[in-house]
Amino acid sequence: MSQHPDALPDAEAQCRQLADLIRPQLHKKPALVGIFSGGAWIAERLRELLDLPEEIGMIDVSFYRDDFAEKGLHPQCRPTVIPFDVEGRHLILVDDVLYTGRTTRAAINELFDYGRPAAVELAVLVAAANCRWPRPTASGR
Amino acid sequence: MYNPQLNKAGELIHLLSIEGLPQRILTQILDTAESFMEVSAREVKKVPLLRGKSVFNLFFENSTRTRTTFEIAAKRLSADVINLDINKSSTAKGETLLDTIDNLCAMHANLFVVRHASSGAPYLIAEHLQRIGRDDVHVVNAGDGRHAHPTQGLLDMYTIRHYKKDFSQLRVAIVGDILHSRVARSDIHALTTLGVPEVRAIGPETLLPKYMDKLGVHVFHDMEEGLRDCDVVIMLRLQNERMTGALLPSAGEYFRHYGLTPQKLARAKPDAIVMHPGPMNRGVEIHSAVADGPQAVILPQVTFGIAVRMAVMSIVAGN
Repeated sequence: MSQHPDALPDAEAQCRQLADLIRPQLHKKPALVGIFSGGAWIAERLRELLDLPEEIGMIDVSFYRDDFAEKGLHPQCRPTVIPFDVEGRHLILVDDVLYTGRTTRAAINELFDYGRPAAVELAVLVAAANCRWPRPTASGR
Repeated sequence: MYNPQLNKAGELIHLLSIEGLPQRILTQILDTAESFMEVSAREVKKVPLLRGKSVFNLFFENSTRTRTTFEIAAKRLSADVINLDINKSSTAKGETLLDTIDNLCAMHANLFVVRHASSGAPYLIAEHLQRIGRDDVHVVNAGDGRHAHPTQGLLDMYTIRHYKKDFSQLRVAIVGDILHSRVARSDIHALTTLGVPEVRAIGPETLLPKYMDKLGVHVFHDMEEGLRDCDVVIMLRLQNERMTGALLPSAGEYFRHYGLTPQKLARAKPDAIVMHPGPMNRGVEIHSAVADGPQAVILPQVTFGIAVRMAVMSIVAGN
């Protein structure tokens, strides 16, 4: 049966693709951090697919959001749990959708309050092209 | 019912009293405080929520623990905190409370933490702010007269939930000077709102208000009888400074009847927790063997108090 062009993407297949993209980096011993709520289960699934021994981190960015002045505090925030030392680690931040980039920025700000990671990479299932954060619009080459 | 604490959408804009707050708001505060507990355990104990906001601590009555924990809470939210030494301030020169508020609003205050010896003072401020159209300025009651001490009530609920997990099966005893206690009143409203089936008030007749049964509270004058099978024991301080007239024969006599000793505590359940809002009078309402014993959770209460105050300030300031 051919797939309808507007059908929702198959999340499991995309998780597997994402795992394949991350696999070459496993020598850096990356730690996964899922962003509540959508990124949390994806990070958990990636951990299974990549067979990582370490517990994953879960981050709730409610206390770091830049829309507090307009929207106030999210009525259902959950404790952030980072069960490993962030200092010097190679981190992979996991979310379901990258849209404006504001949640990602909030998550990075929060992670740096735990320590100074060696690097932070972003893994998302869907990247919508509406990023509001500086990207190089021109570069030397 | 008119409730100046809530906006038209039913969101908390001031915290003045537990009375009149729905269960969902109490639960939201406790849940949010749980997230803030995690912040206090980090290397950097600060989040940027109230960056650029000014919190004024207005303590018209003495306090160390409450003022300090409000200050720590505001600083951990990245707010600027200004502590006003009221005894040396314009109030001593005759300025009215509302003139003080207007002046501080002119200095771009965002949140007032108010403790006042007169019951209702924080209400007066909240209603004044509404009248002058300053819905961007918030009030948190840090204790008003004999009326309410809502953040203490909330941190007591946080403590109970932390150790007992669930409110629906509990028997809670509040012991001592309930007549003068704003903590007792806030605790009783919070416990009944959160669904605690049995709340007991234990104390001498002279220190219990007359209307206790209207709050759904069971009154006991015999402490050993009142403590039987309780899960939580909340001790109150004997408030000598608020007592007029001879309500008690002596502190020694009081301790004999209503001081919490290991023998009396043995009447409660073996896993009962003992709480006290502080400051404690050892040998008056509580024996040192209990205060320092394994069932006491008095110091964790102080730590939880910071997270609860962070939750309250960030919720009201965001609404």
